[in-house]
Amino acid sequence: MIDTLRLTAEEATGMLARKEVSAAELHGAYLEAIAARDPELHCYLRTVDEPEGEGVPIALKDVISTKGIETTAASKILAGYVPVFDATVAARCKAAGMPTLGKTNTDEFAMGSSTENSAFGPSRNPWDPSRVPGGSGGGSAAAVSAGLAPWALGSDTGGSIKQPSALCGNVGLRPTYGTVSRYGIVAFASSLDQVGPVARNVRDCALLYSIIAGQDECDSTTVELPEPVRLPEGDDLTGVRIGVPKEMNEAAGIEPGVAESVRRAIDLAAELGAEVGECALPHSVEYGLPCYYLVAPAEAASNLARYEGVRYGPRVDAEGYYSMVERTRDAGFGDEPKRRIMLGTYALSAGYYEAYYGQAQKVRTVIAREHAAAFERFDVLVSPTSPTVAFKLGERAANPLAMYLSDLLTIPSCMAGLPGLNIPCGLSEGLPVGLQLIGPQFSENALFRTGYALERALAFDPVPERLR
Amino acid sequence: MTGVGSGKGEWEPVVGLEIHVQLKTRSKMFCRCASGFGGGPNTQTCPVCLGFPGALPVPNRTAIEWTIKLGLALDCEIAKRAVFARKHYVYPDLPKGYQISQYDLPSCINGKMLVPGSGGDREIGIVRAHLEEDAAKTTHVGGRTGRIGGADYSLVDFNRGGTPLVEIVTGPDIHSSDDARRFLQLLRQTIVELGVSDAEMEKGTLRVDANVSVRPSGSGELRTRCELKNMNSFRFIAQGIDAEVARQVAIYESGGEVVQETYDFDAATGALTPRRSKEEADDYRYFPEPDLVPVEPPADLVERLRAELPESPARRIRRLEQELDLDRATVLVTGGLDRLYEATVAAGAERLAAANLIANRLAGADSARIDAAELAKLVAARDGLPRAALDEALQKLGEPGFSAAPYLAQEAVSDADELGLVVDRVLETHTGQVAAYQAGKGGLLGFFVGQVMKETSGKANPRIVSELVREKLGA
Repeated sequence: MIDTLRLTAEEATGMLARKEVSAAELHGAYLEAIAARDPELHCYLRTVDEPEGEGVPIALKDVISTKGIETTAASKILAGYVPVFDATVAARCKAAGMPTLGKTNTDEFAMGSSTENSAFGPSRNPWDPSRVPGGSGGGSAAAVSAGLAPWALGSDTGGSIKQPSALCGNVGLRPTYGTVSRYGIVAFASSLDQVGPVARNVRDCALLYSIIAGQDECDSTTVELPEPVRLPEGDDLTGVRIGVPKEMNEAAGIEPGVAESVRRAIDLAAELGAEVGECALPHSVEYGLPCYYLVAPAEAASNLARYEGVRYGPRVDAEGYYSMVERTRDAGFGDEPKRRIMLGTYALSAGYYEAYYGQAQKVRTVIAREHAAAFERFDVLVSPTSPTVAFKLGERAANPLAMYLSDLLTIPSCMAGLPGLNIPCGLSEGLPVGLQLIGPQFSENALFRTGYALERALAFDPVPERLR
Repeated sequence: MTGVGSGKGEWEPVVGLEIHVQLKTRSKMFCRCASGFGGGPNTQTCPVCLGFPGALPVPNRTAIEWTIKLGLALDCEIAKRAVFARKHYVYPDLPKGYQISQYDLPSCINGKMLVPGSGGDREIGIVRAHLEEDAAKTTHVGGRTGRIGGADYSLVDFNRGGTPLVEIVTGPDIHSSDDARRFLQLLRQTIVELGVSDAEMEKGTLRVDANVSVRPSGSGELRTRCELKNMNSFRFIAQGIDAEVARQVAIYESGGEVVQETYDFDAATGALTPRRSKEEADDYRYFPEPDLVPVEPPADLVERLRAELPESPARRIRRLEQELDLDRATVLVTGGLDRLYEATVAAGAERLAAANLIANRLAGADSARIDAAELAKLVAARDGLPRAALDEALQKLGEPGFSAAPYLAQEAVSDADELGLVVDRVLETHTGQVAAYQAGKGGLLGFFVGQVMKETSGKANPRIVSELVREKLGA
């Protein structure tokens, strides 16, 4: 009997190696769990029944192209689209022998913070199905928490891995920009998009990162890792300097229960030997979000220009090419992509470019410098990942600005291209609270080390109470 | 002076050119697909050049090096940091909805090309040369005039989509259609000799648009310009410029204003047809392409490419002009025949005779295959050979192991008495032409010579024949 709620990928790897279980049995166990719980949670847009490979299976966010398996980015405009090639990350998982379990739900084109923007219906939080699992990678995060996948890949533009991991109580890494290939990832905002692992614990997260990371000749923005990924082992944090950015820990809108859990985790870090001190990121927090909402929509408007119904995806016929394109896009895109296409088109228009996109890019440099200055004194910066615990479905759906604020604390480091790790650090009102660890570029090993020591000391049980 | 005369003073044409050069790299600009001709429609395609979701561009190193090389040949500064941008517009030839093109930070800027002319070198400024990807080829079937609007259907061939293109933009430094033609011939030869493109207008590997305006001669102003497109030979470009200059001069002289517009030039009718009004300027919403990193060529690469440059065609024209004249020198150099000429002269041929024979009879030949020593023998013997023998020899000149000896053994009929009989016969049977010739149509001389050649199966010495005709017709 395989308990998919508790089994880690590392344990599953051992069981396969010792032949205590076959890949097919393992795959089957997850499919059974999916059959039992996914009708309620809707983590998957589609599953793969026959495992291809002898390793631990994996769930892939539906923005990741999979050869022969429909890939929609949860948009009607890609309904029925079956890629003829694998994304590099999918190919690397395949090469590592990992069968695909299925494609997980997301906000349409990864635009959102709740998966409510999926054209195929929202996912639900395994801790409380009346609440959202976060987004955009809510499907991947919820699947891992509910035992519907041992691990998963997500993509993060402004918090789409870290925030759902926080809301679902698991571990998610947004890697340093350029360490993981974007080839084959349905693009949202190219200068921000990064693929990363979602896992039940920090070691699994590091293991999966080691499989997908590294230079890819198909993505010119990738680089080779300066050092190999190390699976974390130690319990103590002696010598680790932890900075607590004031603005990110005292921002208006941080729920008291969230602040308290994070405070306890910081105290625990000090007990484990870390040197804890305060620092400031004033511009990053004040301007991060508004600048993000210029850069990301601008790039999104550009990236979404290719969807016109001629080469792939459904088409609405009309008299003439331009009306066909118009009608296809009107029918194919949901409200959020349309909103961002309009925002982004405006931000790039002649006469506005310098004031909007150009200026936002300059602010990114300021944000990066501000972080770099903080990293002269600290190895890791900590804050809540999300200001709140999981909110109710529908609560923010009608208010885009409230929804955008969900990513207030995850966005600044994304704008600076920095890695960020979410680990669960406690419960508030019975729902998981996420701790965000941010490091300088290529500091994933330091984040894993810090996250792992804290994870051991916190002893958080990642299985949702209602499923135990 | 290059002014265009009119009743109300002189007008000076002001022309700038935009030249697109398709590089002949083996693969496309941003993917591994084969580049160039061949293969059925849409067979040289992949997820990248078809704009599939998630596909990313990876720049072609050779294309970047060739762009730099071309920039160096045009005396440009090579940017230490060039940046690709996205240029957005909606059209079925653009699968991503944007074209990747260098924009505000191109690889090559501030160059110039010297065009040798009778009044000294004319300097044409090169504003920039940048690298971009080509669009796909569209064919609109049915409906109005081959446009997408109203077409019954449109076909798109993505084989061309994504091939590397260099766009060269000149300053408004060209002041006659003849200057434009001379500049283009020289530029084309430069490109061909660099080995980076075939630069053939018929095949579309060289495309030229002209921005044309006019101004009162002597003034330095720049007036509203119109763009001419769709001209597929140097001759048509010259004709198009002349037609557009005349149109604008007529507008100004009748008190009107020129409106900025794009025209297609139809060489068959000489007509200029407006494409679309530019009242609403296109907004391409450029921004730096986030999928690519800046092009930062190391200094030693640039210096290596500079060292590989051949001697420029302009300099060779000036050198040959010393021993020939400007026109012959230009024809030889822009025809890629000057090195053959020099080798032939070095092999002992007389300069002018060699230049004439090569320029007139070997245009388009692959001069690299020709043995200059054998050619020199033909040049020396040319008048004494039957024309048929010379023709055949020139035709076979490029074949491996060609020897002039068997042709030199043949002798042309140079005997005036023998040829005189044939000339008489020809003149008797073409009384109409004889009358016309005597009435002043001197051009008919060639006709009579041709008839005699025909009668003698090409064995007559043409120089003797023309002397006889002139003599007999008393000219």
